Amino acid sequence: MLQVENISKTFNPGTVNEKVAIQDLSLHLKKGDFATIIGSNGAGKSTLFNAVCGDFLTDNGVIRLDGKDITFLPQHLRARRIGRLYQDPMRGSAPGMTILENLALAGGKGGWLSVITRGEKKAFQEQLSRLNIGLEDRLNHPVGLLSGGQRQALTLLMATINPPKLLLLDEHTAALDPATAEKVLKLTREIVEEHKITTLMITHNMQDALDMGNRTLMMDNGHIILDVEGEERKNLTVEDLMEQFKAGAGKALVNDRMLLQK
Amino acid sequence: MSFAMALTLVQTALELGLICSLTVLALFLSYSMLNVCDLSTDGCFTLGAAVGAVVAISGHPILSIVAAMCAGVLSGFITAILQTKMGVESLLAGIIVNTALYSVNIAIMGGSSLLNMNKTETVFTMVKGLVAGTALESYFILIVALVAVAVIVIFLNFFLKTRLGLAIRATGNNPDMVKSSSINPAFTTIIGLCVANSFTALSGALLSQSQKSVDINIGQGMVTIALASLLIGGTVINHGSILKRAIGVVLGSFIFRLVYTIALRFNMPAFMLKLVSSVIVILAIFIPYLKNNWPTIQRRLNYKKGGR
Repeated sequence: MLQVENISKTFNPGTVNEKVAIQDLSLHLKKGDFATIIGSNGAGKSTLFNAVCGDFLTDNGVIRLDGKDITFLPQHLRARRIGRLYQDPMRGSAPGMTILENLALAGGKGGWLSVITRGEKKAFQEQLSRLNIGLEDRLNHPVGLLSGGQRQALTLLMATINPPKLLLLDEHTAALDPATAEKVLKLTREIVEEHKITTLMITHNMQDALDMGNRTLMMDNGHIILDVEGEERKNLTVEDLMEQFKAGAGKALVNDRMLLQK
Repeated sequence: MSFAMALTLVQTALELGLICSLTVLALFLSYSMLNVCDLSTDGCFTLGAAVGAVVAISGHPILSIVAAMCAGVLSGFITAILQTKMGVESLLAGIIVNTALYSVNIAIMGGSSLLNMNKTETVFTMVKGLVAGTALESYFILIVALVAVAVIVIFLNFFLKTRLGLAIRATGNNPDMVKSSSINPAFTTIIGLCVANSFTALSGALLSQSQKSVDINIGQGMVTIALASLLIGGTVINHGSILKRAIGVVLGSFIFRLVYTIALRFNMPAFMLKLVSSVIVILAIFIPYLKNNWPTIQRRLNYKKGGR
């Protein structure tokens, strides 16, 4: 489904701020794969997402999605087939517009000059009620009035309302309180399973990284240093992961949010 | 002041307020919705007036309105291209286009800075002819203005509810979201500015035709006046549906003109009016700001007086 071939990205090349963010990175995701990514700060996890989404053009390499070469495709055209959630719940929806209007933007059918139909409204309402966070009766409320968790759940719905080929989750529960984070993760799992969406999820929670999905990747210094799935993954523990990281990267796994968790 | 005089005063304010509210509706789209402060407004207003006048003088009153709006679309398109495709800062793009339009406008007016339409047939004279002899005779300007504003408000209310309209609103409301969505912000900015500037040009064409002349300075200060009206409208009605807010904007334009016209009655020299409009803008921004900060100020004053 997703084929990333030997991509590299260096920021500010030739200056004192030169930073090699990803280096000769390759990654193949099969259709329906749900891979979690862990790694220390600055490992290149978000840069990988940005490269796939088209925030910038990679220095070299090729990116293919569903058999189509998207290396040079502009961001908004890639976004039709890639759903993305950020850590910041404020980033994914327009606060001055109503829940209905936000959903219509994400999942409205019809041309540019079509308006929201009664049928669409009903469908949105149904989908909202499945989130089970009481948003279905607040269709005409501005999104700015929602809590962070509600907004992130809404963004999740917006990103998957027309199921994308690829879903990228960039620590999308990190800014939420534990109970809400749990709920959003559960929702994520349900939606991804239902539509069989190929998913990449960055997380700082080692346990989640092992429990969710079918594959775990570990990144360091712009490389993927561990890629496990199947039986091997089933038997892994968090301690094993730490151990593996140390072996692969030659240093202990340090991520400020991981430290905060303990 | 006699009652009749007060009535004329209100009528003048209503006429001017309605015609200029078209420019305010343009800023409602570009400034409030798209979050772009379009400083080409002054030039575009004059552009509409100039194109409208030249086409009307050549004998096409209806076409003059269409032509003026098309000219506005073109001007908006250039402003938008500068800021989306050529890396020009959005404020700067407006200023550059505004400057260029000065030359363009004089060129359109055939090298002169004043055109007279005393004997020209315009939409106003057409309506005047229609209502001649009826009770509405002295209200022909008002009728044209009302129809134009109603059409634009209804259009805007529909337009902002379409998917394109929603995308334009999202572009202004959360650029971060739009950047990573399937909406192309360059596209929505271009469409938004084209539509907004067509309103501005329409406004200019109608004002010049109602006054039967175009002066190269007719649009000067329009952006300030329109911003003042927009802010006043925002204090009158600042939430609710698009339709409600659009009507509030028109109301704001009328209130502004009323204050303006009353100021004129107090024997204020005409050259002071630009200062008055600037002061109104400042007050319209400052008063809500003060209202917001009032609890803090009050608490501080209390504290200084020895309270808690």
